[in-house]
Amino acid sequence: MTGITVREVLRDAMREEMARDERVFLIGEEVAEYQGAYKVSQGLLQEFGPKRVIDAPITEMGFTGFGFGAAISGLKPIVEFMTFNFAMQAIDHIVNSAAKTLYMSGGQISCPIVFRGVNGIAARVAAQHSQCFASWYAHCPGLKVVAPYFAADAKGLLKSAIRDPNPVIFLENELWYRQRFDGVSQDPEHTVSIGKANVVKEGNDVTIVGFSMSMGKVLEASEKLKSDGISVEIIDLRTLRPLDTDTIIRSVKKTNRLLCVEEGWPYAGICSEITSQVMEYAFDYLDAPILRVTGADVPMPYAANLEKLALPQLDDIISKVRSYFK
Amino acid sequence: MKAQSYSVQDLFKFYGNMLLIRRFEEKCAQLYRKGVIGGFCHLYIGQEAVAAGMREVTSPDNDSIITTYRDHAHMLMCGIDPKVIMAELAGKITGCSKGKGGSMHMFSRQRRFYGGHGIVGASSSIGTGVAFSHQYKKDDGVCFCYFGDGATNQGQVYESFNMASMWKLPIVYIIENNFYAMGTSVNRSHANIDLYRRGEPFNVPGKAVDGMKIQEVIAAGCEAASHARSGKGPVILEMRTYRYLGHSMSDPATYRTKEEVEQVKSTRDPIEHVKNTIAKKQGLKESEIKDIESKVSNIVEGAADFALNSPTPQEKVLYEDVLI
Repeated sequence: MTGITVREVLRDAMREEMARDERVFLIGEEVAEYQGAYKVSQGLLQEFGPKRVIDAPITEMGFTGFGFGAAISGLKPIVEFMTFNFAMQAIDHIVNSAAKTLYMSGGQISCPIVFRGVNGIAARVAAQHSQCFASWYAHCPGLKVVAPYFAADAKGLLKSAIRDPNPVIFLENELWYRQRFDGVSQDPEHTVSIGKANVVKEGNDVTIVGFSMSMGKVLEASEKLKSDGISVEIIDLRTLRPLDTDTIIRSVKKTNRLLCVEEGWPYAGICSEITSQVMEYAFDYLDAPILRVTGADVPMPYAANLEKLALPQLDDIISKVRSYFK
Repeated sequence: MKAQSYSVQDLFKFYGNMLLIRRFEEKCAQLYRKGVIGGFCHLYIGQEAVAAGMREVTSPDNDSIITTYRDHAHMLMCGIDPKVIMAELAGKITGCSKGKGGSMHMFSRQRRFYGGHGIVGASSSIGTGVAFSHQYKKDDGVCFCYFGDGATNQGQVYESFNMASMWKLPIVYIIENNFYAMGTSVNRSHANIDLYRRGEPFNVPGKAVDGMKIQEVIAAGCEAASHARSGKGPVILEMRTYRYLGHSMSDPATYRTKEEVEQVKSTRDPIEHVKNTIAKKQGLKESEIKDIESKVSNIVEGAADFALNSPTPQEKVLYEDVLI
């Protein structure tokens, strides 16, 4: 096996930033002695000690408010949610405290904090542990929301998030941690800017926009569509707020067709926002309606066959793209 | 300031500070009725001894403060210019939050006053994080963290007690128990009304304090602050106080009798208490009281004039301070 796992890359990003800035600390459930519920913080306790790698009790609302309090008083916390499902218990402090205090204080009180952890769809864990919160957080002014797919982006964006003076939501995925990627920079000063999408592959016939785990299927679909003679341009959003609308519009003006993919629910989702932006800024360039491939509009079921039906599948992407060219 | 028997000079200072709070809040009520102040506006009248007393305990050099939406008095006692506070209430650009926070969201980075929070209970966990910063930076500071009796039924308060006790954080939790969480009395909402005991399961010591007597507030505050500052962990002070007005300007307070309010006003008023203490100590010269009253009145009128004459925020301010 070549490359490096996402799990290690995220750990390296935190380690480099903790070494760089004494104010950075990590708090969350099982992050220290257990070495991370998903082993993302492996070795950090040994390297930085219990003052900076802190096992929180199972007390999401408490340690999120705590993290916010530390952030506004001079520290730079990384708050790990074992999963963002549990951050629901703490969402008041993310939305009402972290996202709004700079504004409510007239710019006096900044909040440099990263909320990171597992988001999105896992395998066979049913409705309460398998859902995507991307559009929930992307809805809120005062937050930045990052959801990379490639490991190089994961490292560069997490480092940027930790250095950012604003609250950043960093969305990961349980199934993503063990994936291996090449091309990860070892330069501790290398970062990736928040707010920039990436044209992963150039093409001429249709633009597919995705983020996070959906990128895997988008990449696979574009390979299959090549044999149909369809040239796909792929955009990995990487950041969901602020959204890099310019890159999407530029691509749509070239390909004239747009398919958006996300694993979350369709209603008021990230794809809905992109659709609206493209309608506003590139309507005259569209040769066909914008299409979406999203998770089904239901709580995630447990049964394997139903779970598959609830998730965007490779064939859904392929058949929607083919429908443009029938 | 150490707990002690106070000089007449000290007592006059306390009197002036409490009077400033009361007159400021009365002016707020007046401006609210005129439509200058809008939205939710929670006044502190009756509770003055708590903020004015804790001011004597809080070090302006390294301590920090966080509270709820009933925050004007705490801002005043932090030494924030009353003009800036009143301008914020009036939604003016000269306000401490450029008019974007209002009554409930006041802050001062310079004085480490971290709000001004509108969600009941939120200040408890945020303050716990602020206390962690003091410990992390080893700056010898203590966080004075205020919330009301109503907040003590919120889960995050106990999540905070647990963490603060485990990690021996330098924090004093001050429960401003005015006996009514909006319209629900402590008796109707708390299984055990001894709120100072609510830290017991977490080994957090607590004390009930007569929050209408500034001397007792200061004495308890000093003891609690020195406990927290010395690395022994958190302390809870239940300040038993009373608010004379409704929960907010829109609350007619029909859930309690006029007699109950009058009884407190006539027998336990914190400002009268200090006045009486001075009188007993040396006899009270009306001229001295008048001097203070006129000074306070000038400050409050000056603040109101400043607020009224300040410009509203320009339109571009709408999109500023969302992100850095």
